[in-house]
Amino acid sequence: MQTAYLLAGFGGQGVMFAGQLMAYAGMEHGYEVTWIPSYGPEMRGGTAHCTVILSDCPIGSPLVRHPQVVIAFNKPSAQKYAGQEDPAGLFVVNRSLVDEVPLAVQGQLVEVRATDIADQLGNTRLTNMVLLGAALAARPVLPLAVLEAALVAHIPAHRRGLLPLNQQALAAGAALVSAAQPG
Amino acid sequence: MSRELLKGNVAIAEAALRAGCQAFFGYPITPQTELLEHMARRMVELDRVFLQAESEVAAINMVYGAACAGVRTMTSSSSPGYSLMQEGLSYIAASDVPCVVVDVMRGGPGLGNILPSQGDYFQITRSAGHGDYRPIVLAPATVQEAIDFTELAFDLAEQYRHLVVLAADGQLGQMMEPAELPSMRSLPRTRPAWAITGAAGRAPNRISSLYMNAEEEEAFNLRIQARLAQICAAEQRSTEVQATHAELLVIGFGTAGRIAASAVEQARAEGLRVGLFRPQTLYPFPAERLSALLACCAVQNILVIEMNAGQMVEDVRLVVAGRVPVHHYGRLGGVVPYPEELYTVIQQHYPSLAASAE
Repeated sequence: MQTAYLLAGFGGQGVMFAGQLMAYAGMEHGYEVTWIPSYGPEMRGGTAHCTVILSDCPIGSPLVRHPQVVIAFNKPSAQKYAGQEDPAGLFVVNRSLVDEVPLAVQGQLVEVRATDIADQLGNTRLTNMVLLGAALAARPVLPLAVLEAALVAHIPAHRRGLLPLNQQALAAGAALVSAAQPG
Repeated sequence: MSRELLKGNVAIAEAALRAGCQAFFGYPITPQTELLEHMARRMVELDRVFLQAESEVAAINMVYGAACAGVRTMTSSSSPGYSLMQEGLSYIAASDVPCVVVDVMRGGPGLGNILPSQGDYFQITRSAGHGDYRPIVLAPATVQEAIDFTELAFDLAEQYRHLVVLAADGQLGQMMEPAELPSMRSLPRTRPAWAITGAAGRAPNRISSLYMNAEEEEAFNLRIQARLAQICAAEQRSTEVQATHAELLVIGFGTAGRIAASAVEQARAEGLRVGLFRPQTLYPFPAERLSALLACCAVQNILVIEMNAGQMVEDVRLVVAGRVPVHHYGRLGGVVPYPEELYTVIQQHYPSLAASAE
C-alpha cells in the first residue's frame, strides 16, 4: 500500500516544507518515504511542487502519474493538476486563492479557505499547515500527533517562534475536515 | 546509527567526508550544487580543504594535484561540467592516481537542461577522456546506495590506484529518502609510498602521464589493461528481483532501474513472470551474472529501460550475443518515465502477450 501526495503552489507558500514535514512524519511512523521537489524550469517561474510517497514497502519510483492526494495551494496548480489525482483519491484545494474548482477534479474534493484561516490565526504563511492538517484529517495515514511532533523537530531554528501558530494551523485544518465528515 | 531523511546530493557529500575525503574541489552546477554546498560548510568545519575553483577544468586539475599528493580527493559536477573535465580525467588515469568523480547527470546534449538523464553512459563508461582505458563506474539507485557506493568508490580508487566515477542523475541528487550514514573514519597518519610528499630523506617519486617512446607507452597501457582485467574479474556488482523466475527480464540502472522496479512489481501482481536485473557497476558491466541468468533461467525476452536513446543496451547485447531478443525503451532529454508508462511497455514485450498481439 502506498500513498502519494502532490503538493503544488507558488514559491514562498511553504509547499516544499509541508511536503518534507509529511515525509519526516511518515518516516517517524515507520513508513518508507520519498520526497522529491520540482527543481526544473518551473521553479524559476515562481511555482513549485513536490511529491511525497509513504509506503509499507520499499519505494521504486518517487514519482507517480496519479497521486492519491493532490494539494493545490493556488489557482494555476488547481488548474494544472485537477484530474491528475487518483479517482479514488483526494483533491484538496485552497479555496482562498482558487475561485472556481476545476471541472476536471475526479477524486473526493476537500475545499479549505486555508489562506483566510491562516490570516485569522495571524499569518498567511500558515496556509501550508492548514492545508496539510485538512489533507491528513481527510485521509488519516498517520495520527496528527506524529505530524505535530515532526513539526516540533524540524521547524527551522529561525522560525521556532512561530511553532505554536503552526500547531494551531495544523489543528484548524484538521478540525475543519473532521467537522465536515459524517459520523 | 539511525536512519535520517537525506537529500541524495547531501548524502554523497557527507558520505565522502566520512570516508576520509581530505580535499574537495568543484564548481557549482545544477542539479548537483547541494553537494558542493554541503562540502563548503563541512570541510571547513573539519579543517580540511574545500576550494571552489574558477572552472571545472581547474577543479579537476586541482584534484589531480591532491591525488598525486596521496590524499583522498574528489570533485563533483553535472554533464556539461563533466565534459569540461575530460582532459584532466585522462591525465589522472594515465598517472595511476586514485580519485573519485561524481556526475549528477542532466539532460543534454549541449547546455541541455537541468532535469534527470542517463545520457552520459557512453562518455562515463567508455573512457572518461581520451586514450585507451576505462574508469570504474558505480551507479546508485537509492540514497542509501549513493552513500554506500561513495564509500566504496574511495576504497576501490585506492585499492586499484584507479579513477572511480559515481554515475548519479538529477532525480537521485534532488530526492530525499531515509538512509543511514557511516561513522566518521579517522584520517590516515601516513601517505602512500608512491605519493609526492617532498622527498625529504628519500629518493624522489615521479608521477607523469608522458611516455615519448611507443614501446614504453604500450607497456604502460598493458599494465592498465591487466588492472582492468583484474577489476572485471573482482568488481562486477548487480542486484535483481525475481530474475531467476522471469520470462521477461527488465534491465535498468540507477533511477531508470528503480522506476522499472515499480513497474515490475505491478506486472508481477498481475501474474506476469517479469523480473528485474539492475547493474550497480556499469564498468565493469555485470556480465557474469547476466550470462548466468540467461544460461539457467526461463528468460525469453529482455527489455532494457534507460533515460537515454540506448546506451547500456549495447553492453547488454554484447553479453546476450543474440541468445534472446533485446528490446530498448528510452526517454530522452530530461524526461523521467512514470511506472505506469513502463508497465504498458512491459506488457508490450511480455512473450505470450507480444506473440498474441502479432
